[in-house]
Amino acid sequence: MPDITQLTSAAAANHPAISIINGRVIDPANQIDQQMDIHLNNGKIIALGNAPDDFSAQQVIDASQKIVCPGLIDLRFRLGERGYETKRTIASETRAAVAGGVTALCCPPDTDPIIDNAAMVKLIRPKAETEGVAKVYTLSALTQQLQGEKLSEMRELKDAGCVGTTNALQPVKSTLVMRRALEYAASHDITVFIQAVDPWLSDGCAHEGAVSTRLGLAGIPVSAETIAISRDLQLIELSGAKAHFCQLSSAKAVQLIQQAQEAGLPITADVTAHHLHLTEMDIGYFDSNCHVIPPLRTQRDQEALRQGLKSGVISSIVSDHQPHGSDAKLAPFAETEAGISGVETLLPLALKMIDTHDMQLSEVIKRLTLQPAKTLNISEGTLSIGAAADICIFDPDAYWVVDREKLLSQGKNTPFHGWELKGKVTCTIKSGAVVFAAEKKL
Amino acid sequence: MISKNIQLDEQGRLKHFLSIEGFKRQHLVNILDAAEPFANVHEQAVKKVPILRGKTIVNLFFEASTRTRTTFELAAKRLSADVLNININTSATSKGESLLDMLHNLEAMYCDMFIVRHNQSGAAHLIAQHVSPHISVINAGDGCHSHPTQAMLDMFTIRRHKKEFAHLKVVIVGDILHSRVARSQIHALTTLGVTEVRVVGPKTLIPAHIESLGVHVYHDLQTALIDADVVIMLRLQKERMQGALLPSENEYFQQYGLTEKKLRLAKPDAIVMHPGPINRGVEIASSIADGPQSVILEQVTNGIAIRMAVMSQTLGRSGSESIRSSGGTA
Repeated sequence: MPDITQLTSAAAANHPAISIINGRVIDPANQIDQQMDIHLNNGKIIALGNAPDDFSAQQVIDASQKIVCPGLIDLRFRLGERGYETKRTIASETRAAVAGGVTALCCPPDTDPIIDNAAMVKLIRPKAETEGVAKVYTLSALTQQLQGEKLSEMRELKDAGCVGTTNALQPVKSTLVMRRALEYAASHDITVFIQAVDPWLSDGCAHEGAVSTRLGLAGIPVSAETIAISRDLQLIELSGAKAHFCQLSSAKAVQLIQQAQEAGLPITADVTAHHLHLTEMDIGYFDSNCHVIPPLRTQRDQEALRQGLKSGVISSIVSDHQPHGSDAKLAPFAETEAGISGVETLLPLALKMIDTHDMQLSEVIKRLTLQPAKTLNISEGTLSIGAAADICIFDPDAYWVVDREKLLSQGKNTPFHGWELKGKVTCTIKSGAVVFAAEKKL
Repeated sequence: MISKNIQLDEQGRLKHFLSIEGFKRQHLVNILDAAEPFANVHEQAVKKVPILRGKTIVNLFFEASTRTRTTFELAAKRLSADVLNININTSATSKGESLLDMLHNLEAMYCDMFIVRHNQSGAAHLIAQHVSPHISVINAGDGCHSHPTQAMLDMFTIRRHKKEFAHLKVVIVGDILHSRVARSQIHALTTLGVTEVRVVGPKTLIPAHIESLGVHVYHDLQTALIDADVVIMLRLQKERMQGALLPSENEYFQQYGLTEKKLRLAKPDAIVMHPGPINRGVEIASSIADGPQSVILEQVTNGIAIRMAVMSQTLGRSGSESIRSSGGTA
């Protein structure tokens, strides 16, 4: 792409004095939504509005007609295919992340090897820090080897830097083990991330319904999700654990989460950008790019997810970024790898909620920044003075057509190829340095 | 996104035959009409017609099958094509990549048509999307999805006995959940205008929202058989006893097996069909399978004619025209 200047991660080491001028600054954490300038130095935000007297900018970014908001935080992101998270993919996928405006991302522990001991975290963190353009957070495995039998050393993993714990896509079959895991996590104030799926009802590759029946694909019923949510809600109540439910997929799931929140349980939830915009119908004749877990469900489910997002029952939007090589999607549907290369379409898909569901721009941004930061209990996601200068600048009115070949991610597996989307990231700043810019002139 | 029907070329002619879904009524009628003259080829002293002379057809079977493969082979040979049979044990191949790699190797040998059977739904669509443009793909069964030539030979058989589709009551009995045959039959029957298709089985063998395909669901065979014109029995795989889908073969036969007593509930001239191979005493009593209302062996014979029709249509020429023009030599 000739119009994109890619800066190496080495540039992140520089922390020049930068002024971002004429932009509409939106910072939900401080209820700011107005046109103003913002000034950065030494990797931090040092002023909003007028620059300090002794400040002289080495670089001025004109953000006229653009939105300036905190860098996006993605709660579910994979750095490569399982077992292939290498230096190379950490570099390419974090670069894709910043191209999508994402400055911090959170990886599940079901890598190969699994992140279930502190040594693994210490192995990964330096790699992520030297190669990664965006900040990489990790969740720890809830149980050893994700086998759902013995607890992981989740406190030590927390101390080593893990921001939460999860059994990822492997359901904890034993109710007793799940209870103990939640209790232990609660003792150490560790948030448990739950991908709710019943182990016995999940042996399928598509929503159990009209489309799976028509195509002869093994279905995953809604009850696979709701049975697991119901069980875990009971255990959360029993244990007093803090929990976050990942990637809701059905209307009934939204309803259960809402009821539990109203009853005062300390739970939050997220939804993927693709579940907001695709349904089972998009599988068409076996489009393997629509093979995702949890599966795309009906229009009614999609609408409930959108309403849940708008009302705040669902607090975060995630990309569930999963880059795959082309071979992974070239097989009969059920044999393909599930997942979408989603980080570069995260923001515009989220912004669609403004036009389709009358959401406020600041509310959408909140679900991509402040809310995920709260869920991870990290200090990012704000433009407060003194905060790390992680900033996303985007043109909310720019239309662009998704071209899978132009994705920076190594995974070209997107079902949104050919979609015209509104909203384009023009510049991403991480720790005070420009790490992505869509224009030649910075 | 794959939204258009890749089974037809730009001129609206048959390019691939992957599923019944996506075809209009007239397309299906054309295939049935094209099969009519072929249905009598076997009665002639010389059974071959030269329609596909010089063409190479590959039977690519990733799943074991004797009857389907044999009828495809016979059909191809009666059309004078060269036939290559390749049986691949799917457990021996690693994954999808080898499937496509193998295809490209076969393409390099200048084949004209692949007949594909695979245990995964969507395999034939995948192959059709990735072969060179000059190659046609015929689905000989993919997972639980589709078996369109089987459905068409069933329609052909029904038409020979019942003439009009419109007012028929057709009953399909058994394991609808795992049956690609049933799915294709349902699409074919509804497309051809059958107003009442009934599917019968316990809830464990009826897939979710099957009503959306335009059928009525019954759990009691007796009720479903009342006034039926056509009764289609599906094969019950023995492994269905494993996953808690059914208690026993015995109970299945008691509830869903077709017996003379139950068949008397249908119309007196009702025909009984089965895609084969039959489990005698599991889904159908021997006396019915071999009885006067059974058209099971006719289905096998008609299978050759339908496959000849589909092959000759997909490779570019209309079967009925070709057979007329070549009538002198055959």
